[in-house]
Amino acid sequence: MAEPALSIRGLTKVYGNGFHALKGIDLDVPEGDFFALLGPNGAGKSTTLGIVCSLVQKTAGQVKIYGIDIDRDFAKAKYHLGVVPQEFNFSQFEKVEDIILAQAGYYGLSLRQAKPRCDQLLKDLGLWDKRHGPARMLSGGMKRRLMIARALIHRPRLLILDEPTAGVDIELRRSMWDYMRRINREEGTTIILTTHYLEEAESLCRNIAIINHGEIVRNTSVRDLLTELDTETFLLDLARPIVEAPRIEGFDVEKVDSAQLALSVRKGQRLNDVFAQLSDQDMQVVSMRNRANRLEELFVSMVEGNNAKAEAKRAAQEEVRQ
Amino acid sequence: MNPMQILISLWTLVVKEVRRFTRIWPQTLLPPSITMTMYFIIFGNLIGSRIGEMDGISYMAYIVPGLIMMSVITNSYSNVASSFFSNKFQRSVEEMMVSPMPNWVILSGFVLGGMARGLGVGLIVTLVSFFFTDLNIHHPLVTLGVVTMTATLFSIGGFINALLAHKFDDISIVPIFVLTPLTYLGGVFYSINMLPEFWQSVSLANPILYMVNAFRYGILGVSDIPVGGALVAIALFIVAFFVLALWMLERGKGIRS
Repeated sequence: MAEPALSIRGLTKVYGNGFHALKGIDLDVPEGDFFALLGPNGAGKSTTLGIVCSLVQKTAGQVKIYGIDIDRDFAKAKYHLGVVPQEFNFSQFEKVEDIILAQAGYYGLSLRQAKPRCDQLLKDLGLWDKRHGPARMLSGGMKRRLMIARALIHRPRLLILDEPTAGVDIELRRSMWDYMRRINREEGTTIILTTHYLEEAESLCRNIAIINHGEIVRNTSVRDLLTELDTETFLLDLARPIVEAPRIEGFDVEKVDSAQLALSVRKGQRLNDVFAQLSDQDMQVVSMRNRANRLEELFVSMVEGNNAKAEAKRAAQEEVRQ
Repeated sequence: MNPMQILISLWTLVVKEVRRFTRIWPQTLLPPSITMTMYFIIFGNLIGSRIGEMDGISYMAYIVPGLIMMSVITNSYSNVASSFFSNKFQRSVEEMMVSPMPNWVILSGFVLGGMARGLGVGLIVTLVSFFFTDLNIHHPLVTLGVVTMTATLFSIGGFINALLAHKFDDISIVPIFVLTPLTYLGGVFYSINMLPEFWQSVSLANPILYMVNAFRYGILGVSDIPVGGALVAIALFIVAFFVLALWMLERGKGIRS
């Protein structure tokens, strides 16, 4: 069986102030995967990726990149790795092209080897016209694309993207998604993505891990995860204003405002029943939509469940101590 | 990395560093030449003509080696300190950390960049000094050896300072409160033989005194201290500082959480 692109075992990180950022997590990302690592702020996503990229020192555990243990030969493992961090981390005063070519140099690529690849990346990512200008003159979205170009200059097999589309407008976000899909499909680049846009994870990724309080809460395929969603909430826009929410047999209905209802539909229930009952009560629905992204609902319920468990555990420990 | 890849990565870093200080030449190359010209005019020409000779040499010629050395020390140190700290501050140091470039290459790249600026400014000051005095270099190898070693040592010092620094103030503390006083008291403007015996002994504890005097010996052929011992001491300091800086870098001091 082929080595996973990334294999993590018992990864633990305790910061100097005693904060347990990671509590012995295990994670495998298969080669060629498009993988999402999700979690609320401070859950341990960036710490995990920081350790993989050598920006954070681990306390314990093992990390292998394409079978290479980073404790044994990190330099060799780094050749397979491209990193796009959350924050801009390039010199704002340098020229766009120089930043990419310098990164190639750090990987031991000569100018002759790196220049054609650099030109191609600049064109693919829409930075060609800006290549001779200083990086500080780029817009936020362009700066993100510059970091993607820089991360890809040495043709890594594993690309790590830490919130790559944060603060990027919708049109640009879509074009970045297309580019990521393309390099995953055509070049076989394994991609690990963290994001707060769950729509992004649902749209791009095949597999997903949810991390909370330094522990992996779930690690499965996006498809399997979505089948676990047993309740969806729809917003129904009504043709005429109402005073109070109607009673619909078998369904939970809430009034959002005078012209909108929130309807919870459990797995197996039929929307036809809802419309039939609303028609009987002389209510006409003019449009409807999901209240939230499906993955978002699941994510929120999982994280909340995990938070409640963590709270209960803490309370029990407190009780034992007393 | 194979040797060729190491060479390419080192070259990349050195070129980047040289490009950085030449791009901002009005901040890096111009001020020391103006300051040193002022020293030559005021101390050398105006005041120096009243002082007469020092160790049998005209005062203007006597202070030239010290002033060149002062420029080399200050510029080597501050180049690496400010460049590496800026890399930390802008987080562009992560570009190097995620790459397979060995730590000793990162350290050497910054040190060579610092040396390039220190020696470049030293050369500019030397050229300026030709307008004020004639210099006949007595021992070219000693001159070249001392100035190169001094630039190396203070570049490594600047690197250590940048690793430990948390804010921009932290990289100006050492040049202002340590390097400047030690340089001024290191025999740039006077021979320590002029001092009372007690202060002569105190001066001998100042490492910059050895560098200034070894350099003066190379150029003018006069020195307050034994030159051989000074060269050995500088070499030992270079090795010790390089090992310390590399150890700190391996440990991720100031750059990894």
